[in-house]
Amino acid sequence: MSTRLNVLDHAMVPDHQIMTEEELTGLLSLYNITSEQLPRIYHDDPAVKTIGAKPGDVIRIIRTSHTAGRAESYRLVIRRPKK
Amino acid sequence: MLPDQDVKIEGADLPVKTKEQLRKYLENKEISSTQFDQILNRVINEYQNTRIEACEAVGIIAAQSIGEPGTQMTMRTFHYAGVAEINVTLGLPRLIEIMDARKEPSTPTMTIFLELEYGVDRDRAREVSWQIEAAPLHEFGDITIDMENMQIVVHLNTAVCEKRKISPASILEVAPKKIRERRHYRDFEFEMDDKNATILFMPKDRESYQNLFQLAEHVRNVIVQGIDDIERVVVRKESGEYILYTEGSNIKDVFEVDGVDTTRTRTNNISEISQVLGIEAARNAIIHEALSTLGEQGILVDVRHIMLVADMMCMEGEVKQIGRHGIAGEKESVLSRAAFEVTVNHLLDAAVANEIDELSGVTENVIVGQPIQLGTGDVKLIAKPLN
Repeated sequence: MSTRLNVLDHAMVPDHQIMTEEELTGLLSLYNITSEQLPRIYHDDPAVKTIGAKPGDVIRIIRTSHTAGRAESYRLVIRRPKK
Repeated sequence: MLPDQDVKIEGADLPVKTKEQLRKYLENKEISSTQFDQILNRVINEYQNTRIEACEAVGIIAAQSIGEPGTQMTMRTFHYAGVAEINVTLGLPRLIEIMDARKEPSTPTMTIFLELEYGVDRDRAREVSWQIEAAPLHEFGDITIDMENMQIVVHLNTAVCEKRKISPASILEVAPKKIRERRHYRDFEFEMDDKNATILFMPKDRESYQNLFQLAEHVRNVIVQGIDDIERVVVRKESGEYILYTEGSNIKDVFEVDGVDTTRTRTNNISEISQVLGIEAARNAIIHEALSTLGEQGILVDVRHIMLVADMMCMEGEVKQIGRHGIAGEKESVLSRAAFEVTVNHLLDAAVANEIDELSGVTENVIVGQPIQLGTGDVKLIAKPLN
């Protein structure tokens, strides 16, 4: 990987943040779900590797949305299943 | 607008975009604070009313909203975009390609933006394009087949090398290596002469002319400068800066080239984006590609439907196609999967695996003849015991 390319700087990549324990429990109780019900992201995803998240972490993604202007989304980091 | 009104807008349960529109509308308008409160409440109410309700069948609405305009799309596959004479697949075939999550589009193409100092200068933009465009050896000098001595003589033209900013020595070094590694042809020997910028190629089997000509073909076409997958680069000026359009795509290698703006450069190869920039970038790319394919045909589909499709495709961490190898094939319900494609296989596999259908979806309930759990079918009567 080149030293110049920072994945997070690319216009197509939204902001990724690792969520803290408290934020996560707040989120899960708000929607009354478990973290397994969230959308997934693989642990070797370039953006995940850049922010240094580990499997089991939940990532908050702040997208610039076409409709709402700004939208938050969440993904659970999982290991890429072996083919 | 008063500061406390601004705070009220900020605190309201509204999307960012709506808040901004409201602020812009109220700017420089004289309104009393009761009027302001009324306006804000009306906006909040209107927003709540227009929200999609829980349990709405948004997937079916999205399918119809994309499907119906899709029938009006032309079957015309090829189109020469603008003056760049770069050939790109558009219309229905391109839309199918996006939804099928093909590994490679039929016409991969990139839009390469340049860093500021390269982007304003045509010559420097051209320099970057030479680093990217795949150039075969025959463009750099004369290649002659010496039949008497059974060898191929390559004499490099140093003027061309200088113009293209590549040293003859590096070409001589790269050429034999590339023939072996990229073209998988190994039955030859070579002799380099750095001083005269000349290289000789000899086939291992000196008895056959066929081998000589075969080798000559490899020597002529071996890529010695640029990125192998990128066949053509067109430099165009758009809104004050030079942009490179390419035929062929390899975003990973292009990012390594000096002068390329790694924050804006993009490709139409979605699987490449998901590998290099991640799943979220792939989601954005799907939305952008689908929307521009539809928009180019003059078909207006609400972005919400496309966003839903893109969200579904990217939910599991990798780009999945819509069809039976992706979303439709991974549904929980056996009957729903069987209703889509390859019915017998799904029923048979489900029977072998002892699968159970909960009958919670729409398709399953239609098949067994029950009311579906949507609209009026969703209403259930719950009785509260008297005691």
